[in-house]
Amino acid sequence: MERILDRFARGEVLVADGAMGTMLMAMGLPSGQSPESINLQRPDWLEDIARRYLEAGADILQTNTFGGSPLKLALYGLQALTVAINAAAVAAVRRVAGERAYIAASCGPSGRLLEPYGDVSEAEMADNFRRQARALCEAGVDLVCVETMSDLREAVLAVRAFREAAPDLAVAATLTFDRTSRGFFTIMGNTVAEAVPALTGAGADILGSNCGHGLATMVEIAAEFRRHWTGPLLIQANAGLPGMRDGVPFWPETPEDFAAGATALLALRVNLIGGCCGTTPAHTAAIRQAVDRGGRPRQL
Amino acid sequence: MEILANIATALIGGDDPMVAQLTREALNQGLPARRILDEGLIAGMNVVGEQFKSHEIFLPDVLLAARAMYAGMDLLKPMLAAQGISGRGKVVLGTVRGDLHDIGKNLVAILLRGAGFEVIDLGKDVAPEEFVAAARRENATLIGMSALLTTTMPVMKQVVDLLRQEGLHGQIRTIIGGAPVSAEYAREIGADGYAYDGASAVDRVKEYLEAH
Repeated sequence: MERILDRFARGEVLVADGAMGTMLMAMGLPSGQSPESINLQRPDWLEDIARRYLEAGADILQTNTFGGSPLKLALYGLQALTVAINAAAVAAVRRVAGERAYIAASCGPSGRLLEPYGDVSEAEMADNFRRQARALCEAGVDLVCVETMSDLREAVLAVRAFREAAPDLAVAATLTFDRTSRGFFTIMGNTVAEAVPALTGAGADILGSNCGHGLATMVEIAAEFRRHWTGPLLIQANAGLPGMRDGVPFWPETPEDFAAGATALLALRVNLIGGCCGTTPAHTAAIRQAVDRGGRPRQL
Repeated sequence: MEILANIATALIGGDDPMVAQLTREALNQGLPARRILDEGLIAGMNVVGEQFKSHEIFLPDVLLAARAMYAGMDLLKPMLAAQGISGRGKVVLGTVRGDLHDIGKNLVAILLRGAGFEVIDLGKDVAPEEFVAAARRENATLIGMSALLTTTMPVMKQVVDLLRQEGLHGQIRTIIGGAPVSAEYAREIGADGYAYDGASAVDRVKEYLEAH
């Protein structure tokens, strides 16, 4: 397959898939169970999800390894299975996608805080991400997505770990921002302006934001990125914030909302658009249509 | 008192050795533990809480200030207990069953303690029965629940329902918070209140406990 960065360089816009965790819940993942434990128990669920996103038009499929770093798996006593859990996730998506889509290794936060705020040293955190990076890269992914980070220091350690494990792979890094009266900040107080040099310095090729409070906010965050970063930009919004209907959570933003949001993101020259919590293959299909209408290569 | 103002300043700056040293000095000067707590530690945490609320500072600064607060509180606790002085009220707090995310809950505990409330922190993955048993045992009239996951939000309703079954509804109140939770959800499950963030959690607790 052609290198993804070359396609961005030509001005092409690609579509990333949507939510994983909320899809697994809908399929019956029990409350309180590690979503990554599914990789060994029910790889057929992963194949099913990958197939539905592929059919919806996703160019990039993410692995179910968001919580697959050993520190995070340790919350469930699964850290000894780090290699198997990460490898199984890649294998499941590859069985479905073959070479028809790029497979992105998902890497989420460790769930722990770095010293001096928490009890994890930088060395321990770096080792945590190195172990996951090795497992994922050896299993054969096409790009990396370090995502939903709130602590820029932790994000930098994760990006470096993947850069070391696979010097030739494209590495994306996304942070989650909250809107405040003083602008957008992560929980740890990081801004877009400081994230851009830190993440690119660590070796990230694609920057952006995911999760958060829905599409309208994401469009503003994308605009903020564009003030500081002209390179490849990745945006994956939640389908809004969940509400509860008859005891079941639901997400308010519809595929139609996502088609409109994707069009706004295209105007900001976002290169890779996908979904996060609460999105479904229907949202992916809506993004696909919006991108096909407005985001085809500008130079042919 | 200058030393009390210095304790507050050291706390705001997250200087835990300095807070401990100044707290010892204040005790040696014969200042009452209660006054050191109120005019030193709590005064400092009030500033931290306000700055956090207005996004001038962020979670890391609050965590360092909290560490400094605990450094002082640990020295005062034996004296406060011996004098039979309790705080402004007691809150039972925890992240609900199935949910292992406790950064937000810990922040709420810090801000509540910093505002002078006593917090019984049950940790994470707390069963509904544990919340209710702890509130009874501790004679607390308020339960605070946190959830980060949409899969664990329904546990909050189980706690509210359990309080009803045991006839404690109205006597023990519930406040919920966490990323996926909303005021609408609080109303739907019959919780007494919702807090958007740590600072508003303190406001809610003040409303309920000081009206009680």
